[in-house]
Amino acid sequence: MSSRNILFLKTTSRSMAILGIFQRDADKHTVLSSGQVVPDSARCIQCGICTYNCPVGIDVRAHAWRGEPVVHSQCLTCGECVARCPRGVLRFEQTDLFAKGKP
Amino acid sequence: MKYVIIGTGVAGIAAIEAIRSVFPSPDGRGQGEGSVEIVMVGDDPYGFYSRPGLAYYLTGELHDKALFPRTQDDYRRMNFRFVSGRVKNILREERVVEVEGKESLKYDRLLIAVGAQALPLEVPGATLEGVLKLDHMEDAKRILKQARRGKTAVVVGGGITALELTEGLLSRGMNVHYMLRGDRYWSNVLDEQESKIVEHRLHEEGVTLHRHAEIIEITGKNNRVNGVRLLNGKMLKCDLVAYAIGIRPRVELAKQAGLAIDRGISVNEYLQTDDPNVYAAGDVAQVYDPASGRSVLDSLWGPARQQGYAAGLNMAGKKTIYIKPPAFNVTRLAGITTTIIGMVGRGHDKDLMGIARGDSETWRRLPDSMVAQAGFEVNRIRLLVGERQLLGAVVMGDQKLSFPLERIVSENMDISPIRDKLLASNARIGDVIAEFWASLKN
Repeated sequence: MSSRNILFLKTTSRSMAILGIFQRDADKHTVLSSGQVVPDSARCIQCGICTYNCPVGIDVRAHAWRGEPVVHSQCLTCGECVARCPRGVLRFEQTDLFAKGKP
Repeated sequence: MKYVIIGTGVAGIAAIEAIRSVFPSPDGRGQGEGSVEIVMVGDDPYGFYSRPGLAYYLTGELHDKALFPRTQDDYRRMNFRFVSGRVKNILREERVVEVEGKESLKYDRLLIAVGAQALPLEVPGATLEGVLKLDHMEDAKRILKQARRGKTAVVVGGGITALELTEGLLSRGMNVHYMLRGDRYWSNVLDEQESKIVEHRLHEEGVTLHRHAEIIEITGKNNRVNGVRLLNGKMLKCDLVAYAIGIRPRVELAKQAGLAIDRGISVNEYLQTDDPNVYAAGDVAQVYDPASGRSVLDSLWGPARQQGYAAGLNMAGKKTIYIKPPAFNVTRLAGITTTIIGMVGRGHDKDLMGIARGDSETWRRLPDSMVAQAGFEVNRIRLLVGERQLLGAVVMGDQKLSFPLERIVSENMDISPIRDKLLASNARIGDVIAEFWASLKN
């Protein structure tokens, strides 16, 4: 019962967030490799689910407090923090680094 | 200059950050005004942590330790002293804060940011062991401890916190009976469909919903809860009663000190009380809003942080007006991330006896508008369409459009070019908004 419910919460929020982000994005990998995680700090309540779930130990929450994108050499852009945030604070934003016509 | 901050919540932390932005650490000196000393004092033994995050600690998504955003190192860098204790008195003449069992604290500028607390459940038996609220970390730990001991829980209350209690207890394997005073969930903010979505999902997860249900007595044995008696005469056996029927600002200290009080501590747009050396911010403050000319309470984390920051700047001598942003809240209802923007509420306050946590009074004003809605199952948008502006929006599930909608509402953008499209029958309002947003960006 208990684990089932936790699983329910996790999988729902996760699949929803992923659906939400990638519904219209044909190529997920393009987004991941050329994107960065951007917080909307007005939504954030500093619960720390993002930091808690980051596989490489980035303090995503601290970025969300400052309203700064997660620019971190170790960020895998795996999307774990984006998917788990219960309040939709985090989203992927395309960095223009590899966009056409730019260096 | 001596700054004392009463309260360990987000408003207090933001105030310290603001003061330190004017008088940077580590030497605590700035602008030739001598040394700056900051003391934070509070009665929550856990200090600063994410109070809204307690909901996710209850569900088991988080460890309690993960709820603390700051390390000891961070606090050292912010350069303030923490005194753990209950403030007994504010002596305004002497500018001294008296702390129970601790030394008194002298201040030049004082911030009261002690927040709000749960309204008590006023029925016979409410003091029995196993009757629980969710204000602090300690409450959350108590809930988890009690949840391990029992099988059946009763939850009372109509807002976000009551639902978080329901979901938390459910995750911990309890059979949960959720009591609604009215005929549906959160009727002063959600519309019928939205309530239905939430209720349906709760039902699927095994929650038993009781509508038009009111507890008139909590029964017990050996000073422990063993059941509840309802208004309709029914008895229900349970091991735990958790309630969240509203909150009220903790104004006692300010009242004792003779500060001006209405429903909260009255402050002007600089977060200043009627004593120029004393400020208030966060859930305890009733803030004058120059835009509407009204004094309003807010009980959300975001505004508390912004008010605390503005108060801190003002205390440090940097005049800053706090401008109340349009009502905006994000929460998760039965697993569905939900954003509520601007004015969306209608109907009565059947479920809420005070200010609901995570509530904002602005939603309750009935807007003169029409309602357009679209969506399916858990991806749903509701827009309150005005003559030229969007007055409010509810976004459930997919949050892609909530960012543009937040901007469209808060910046009062002219939506007259798409108004008729939004109000047409079977309008695909998600697409209309997405196209409108894209056209604005180009």
